Amino acid sequence: MDNDILMTILKVVVVLLVFSALAGFTTYIERKVLAFMQRRLGPVHVGPFGLLQIAADGIKLFTKEDFVPQNANRIIFMVAPIITAATAFIAMSAVPFIPGVIISDVNVGILFVLGVMATGLYGPLLAGMAQANKWGLLGGARTAIQLLSYEVVTGLSILAPIMMIGSLSLIDINNYQAGGIQNWLIWTQPIAFFLFLIAGFAETNRTPFDLLEHEAEVVSGYATEYSGMRWGMFFIGEYANLFTISFLVALIFLGGFNDLGFIPGAIAILLKVMFLIFVFLWTRASWPHVRPDQLMWLCWKVLMPIGLLNIVITGIVMMV
Amino acid sequence: MSYEDLKKHTNERSTGTNGYVQVEIEEYPKTGWEAFKQAMGRTLSMELFKGLGITFKIMNQALFKNQMHTVQYPIEQMPISPRYRAVHKLLGLLESGNNRCIGCGLCEKICISNCIRMETKIDEKSRKEVMEYSINLGRCIFCGYCAEVCPELAIVHGGRYENASEQRAHFVLKDDLLTPFDAIAQQIEYDGFGAISPDADQKIKKTPLAY
Repeated sequence: MDNDILMTILKVVVVLLVFSALAGFTTYIERKVLAFMQRRLGPVHVGPFGLLQIAADGIKLFTKEDFVPQNANRIIFMVAPIITAATAFIAMSAVPFIPGVIISDVNVGILFVLGVMATGLYGPLLAGMAQANKWGLLGGARTAIQLLSYEVVTGLSILAPIMMIGSLSLIDINNYQAGGIQNWLIWTQPIAFFLFLIAGFAETNRTPFDLLEHEAEVVSGYATEYSGMRWGMFFIGEYANLFTISFLVALIFLGGFNDLGFIPGAIAILLKVMFLIFVFLWTRASWPHVRPDQLMWLCWKVLMPIGLLNIVITGIVMMV
Repeated sequence: MSYEDLKKHTNERSTGTNGYVQVEIEEYPKTGWEAFKQAMGRTLSMELFKGLGITFKIMNQALFKNQMHTVQYPIEQMPISPRYRAVHKLLGLLESGNNRCIGCGLCEKICISNCIRMETKIDEKSRKEVMEYSINLGRCIFCGYCAEVCPELAIVHGGRYENASEQRAHFVLKDDLLTPFDAIAQQIEYDGFGAISPDADQKIKKTPLAY
């Protein structure tokens, strides 16, 4: 029993450290990929290939002044970034990253992950409302409408695969797709896959739905008044969410950590996640932002009916 | 496009319609049904994925086909036009290296932002000698009147545009502006205003009547 607890703590620490480091590394990859897609070089001067840029940014974040604006609500302002970072890592506790590495196999795993990730949106919302800044307030309001729009799509899109599998545990979902590419859920549920991916973009505030801190419109949205490590926590939370969503998509639709021919499962899922992260960056380089009203239009008038239709059709096919 | 191509390209930059593409804009939908049809057509023709394809192609070109557009500035520098009007130079006499300026004061007079100042005196041979010549670059608008008006082609505009310094005054004393004696052989003569550009041959094009 004691051994179990020790093991769990060890896993928690490893996951925390690995994904905090990965968040930094992903910023480097993001800057490089975006640069290449715009025929630029990206960071090149700090260290070999600009790799030490991450360290430079880290030092900058850690040594910046921890600043609270004059009329801000002090406590909420200081707590808000912790909510984002904490929920992002709590959500990871039910995600099986590679075979055998899961902190706790909850039997409602997918519900738990999505629920905690949705809670994470309280971070931007409270931050936007606490900072006594109109851009922050706009960012906070956008958080609310974004949350209300995409959560419906996430839930409806994930319902159809769950109906087929009959379990909410991510391990069961993974095992359902064992035995090669032809068993992946993306072939039987392509619509659910796209809906979930679109909702994932909204959930992680990635570019087509990057309304919360759209520089061109609301300066930096909810993060306008933040600096130093408090801003850094928003940042780490955002990238941790990016990884969680990528792992979820890989687990639910792309065959998870099942062996892929000669590739062992652990490497297979990492490859899938890397590809999905690349897709996230790729779309950021290619597609424009949408307006908040367009996001609501898309989620409520287009994606939600399609999701409902998908559930009905899945149900009919399963009955017949 | 590599740095070398870019260099060539900037030299050939002139009006022309090579490589222009006429963009066809289809009619805006008028009825709801037309708007629906347009939206469905665009969705089913995978327009978003075509966009992804374009960015991927660009990345491929940038990484593997030597078309990176970045000019890494302090190491690589873009060529500037030979007629570029940057920080002034005082040309020297080729034989003696002496200042060519005769101290007539025309540049001082014509300067519309009043930024040229010269101190002169009559020397022992009853010739006018320029003791100090300075240009306040904080005021200078680089109009080129001083170079245009100079009867001896002594004050001209040079190509040195990198004037980052702790003080503007670092560039503009007579000693800084005057061509040093050991560099007098490399001194480029200024043809005066109205002369054709030194790289005119490269820029020449057929007149429209010729084709």
